[in-house]
Amino acid sequence: MPSTAPTAHALADVTASDSTLRRFLHGLPGVDAVGLEARAASLGTRSIKTTAKAYAIDLAISMVDLTTLEGADTPGKVRALGAKAVHPDPTDRTTPTTAAVCVYPDMVAVAKEAVAGSGVKVASVATAFPAGRAALDVKLADVHEAVAAGADEIDMVIDRGAFLAGKYLKVYDEIVAVKQACGDTARLKVIFETGELSTYDNIRRASWLGMLAGTDFIKTSTGKVAVNATPANTLLMLEAVRDFRAQTGVQVGVKPAGGIRTSKDAIKFLVLVNETAGEDWLDNHWFRFGASSLLNDLLMQRQKLATGRYSGPDYVTVD
Amino acid sequence: MASAFEYAPAPESRSVVDIAPSYGLFIDGEFAEAADGKVFKTVSPSTEEVLSEVAQAGEADVDRAVKAARKAFEKWSALPGSERAKYLFRIARIIQERSRELAVLETLDNGKPIKETRDADLPLVAAHFFYYAGWADKLDHAGFGANPRPLGVAGQVIPWNFPLLMLAWKIAPALATGNTVVLKPAETTPLSALFFADICRQAGLPKGVVNILPGYGDAGAALVAHPDVNKVAFTGSTAVGKEIARTVAGTRKKLTLELGGKGANIVFDDAPIDQAVEGIVTGIFFNQGQVCCAGSRLLVQESIQDELLDALKRRLSTLRLGDPLDKNTDIGAINSAEQLARITALAEQGEAEGAERWSPACELPESGYWFAPTLFTNVTQAHTIARDEIFGPVLSVLSFRTPDEAVAKANNTQYGLSAGIWTEKGSRILAVASKLRAGVIWSNTFNKFDPTSPFGGYKESGFGREGGRHGLEAYLDV
Repeated sequence: MPSTAPTAHALADVTASDSTLRRFLHGLPGVDAVGLEARAASLGTRSIKTTAKAYAIDLAISMVDLTTLEGADTPGKVRALGAKAVHPDPTDRTTPTTAAVCVYPDMVAVAKEAVAGSGVKVASVATAFPAGRAALDVKLADVHEAVAAGADEIDMVIDRGAFLAGKYLKVYDEIVAVKQACGDTARLKVIFETGELSTYDNIRRASWLGMLAGTDFIKTSTGKVAVNATPANTLLMLEAVRDFRAQTGVQVGVKPAGGIRTSKDAIKFLVLVNETAGEDWLDNHWFRFGASSLLNDLLMQRQKLATGRYSGPDYVTVD
Repeated sequence: MASAFEYAPAPESRSVVDIAPSYGLFIDGEFAEAADGKVFKTVSPSTEEVLSEVAQAGEADVDRAVKAARKAFEKWSALPGSERAKYLFRIARIIQERSRELAVLETLDNGKPIKETRDADLPLVAAHFFYYAGWADKLDHAGFGANPRPLGVAGQVIPWNFPLLMLAWKIAPALATGNTVVLKPAETTPLSALFFADICRQAGLPKGVVNILPGYGDAGAALVAHPDVNKVAFTGSTAVGKEIARTVAGTRKKLTLELGGKGANIVFDDAPIDQAVEGIVTGIFFNQGQVCCAGSRLLVQESIQDELLDALKRRLSTLRLGDPLDKNTDIGAINSAEQLARITALAEQGEAEGAERWSPACELPESGYWFAPTLFTNVTQAHTIARDEIFGPVLSVLSFRTPDEAVAKANNTQYGLSAGIWTEKGSRILAVASKLRAGVIWSNTFNKFDPTSPFGGYKESGFGREGGRHGLEAYLDV
């Protein structure tokens, strides 16, 4: 990587063919797993208290993509989720809204209506979520349905099989096609399913691949596999967006998803953002939490800071 | 740089440690005043606050302590190894139990961040006692022949950069092998050694087995020269080490010296860059660079020099300097006014000789001894700051083009304590490591310590090894 900052244009020729793309991705600096995890762990020991904690909790709430991705989802469930996104804590109207609600494409219209006028975005997992194992036509149809129904954001899974087989250009082309299908209105988040990519080197390559293809966000995982977001893989992706912006001037967001359940964990992720990518990413336009149970813990911690007392799960809403 | 995410102060409580207004010498299991009644003050480097008044050992006190150790040696060395192990395990457990108290104490007296005393020093201190406790009844199987004998009374002089850890490195193997000890901690950091004396009593260690003599260089010199000391172990500056070598020459005393260093941290163009940056930071800014094995010379391959320096500067801008008791502090205070003066002078010399100086924007506290993390670029082998040990948060950056040049430059120093190699290529790690003249070589990491791993130097970095099975040899008649 050159240290001077060329434009995105300068990186355009790396996608000329499968071999140029492979050469570029394999030429990225390696990742030492032990060192990466040690750094993530050491940032996890930052002690965040009082005013900093209050700031972090509100910021984290505003970054939550409140998610329901179940086969059993009904309009009623989605409406309830939308109401919660708009007023996370009915007892305290100063609580920020969440960033978005995240639903399957067929629920986008319902969700749109539920959050209308609140500023809360509707994100939809399209592209044959969560396996991504469908023909490109099918995936694009999925995206079109969601966008037509008004989705503000599309969460796309990559074809991990193609990536692991080294067919980087195929993955690249799919992301480009989906980005195009998103049109001017919807932002694209690309999900790598980092647990299935297995190595940190692969995660760094996937991050660059996604950014070269023009995604607006890179996202760790679907939440449907054993290993989802971890401090280490999120730290790695934050390094990738930081380096990508330094080289191209283009800023890309990051979204860890799955497995982040407590305020303490969420705050650790915010510390990673703050000390790796920097404060430019400390905003829900650039950083999100893909989570469902996290919000209630954030709300309980927020109530604790406000009242000095812990309440309990009955003092926050179930979805 | 002000951030939207300002961390509120998170200071560790001082109330977990009870520092007495004055302390005595620890001789024959009792705290005692110095024979000539002298005392000195120990201050907190981050605030210049006087923490306590400590008895200052003189020649007569050294003699008393050595006599006590000699007397205790007869019984202690005759104990079965498993009995000695019992005491050492007990000491290790008490250290663990009191680790929070000791971490706060060490931070107060030394100036290093609580993050380091809590997460690095104290766990390692306990680990050393546990490790050597395990050896105490297995000396016959350590590879030194059957029934190796202890040497007798060990006179040990330790520095101020890791007061309690250096104590553990010295005392644990000495006791495990059946020796008794007279230890002189550094004059700026005597407190944790005196707390350790209390731990010895708490553990019921027989009187005289461990004696602690706070004091200055004269007490150290008297200890080294004492005719009834059988073994001298010293960690500290090369200049003092040379003096000790001269004193001990021609006597029957055994000697190990662990002295200065000017470690090379070599970053190849295929290194994991982000982790290398972390390793460089750990290498030179851990304990404010007051580490003999610090990676104080960064040798970076020219092809990635600009990129690496950009990344390093960006990273240094996130270091948090300030109150060492704050859990979020990365860089604490320099240990003493003298040390600060030395670092300042060497950094000024670096500038005068034409190297380019850079520090991140950071405010230094008004009281106490502080030095901002500093980077020198355009440094060559001919610069003083590339040759002399600075013992502070000052990194000299040099470049190289080929692996051979890296090795030649790394070895072109009077020291030989540590080195680091950063590359994703395993064969290169092995090839380069085998050519480096340094006692410890880390690859894709830096400043990692473990009681099972021997530590020591080449050339003016001293001789003998501490830690591991090798560390036993220095305290046995083999």
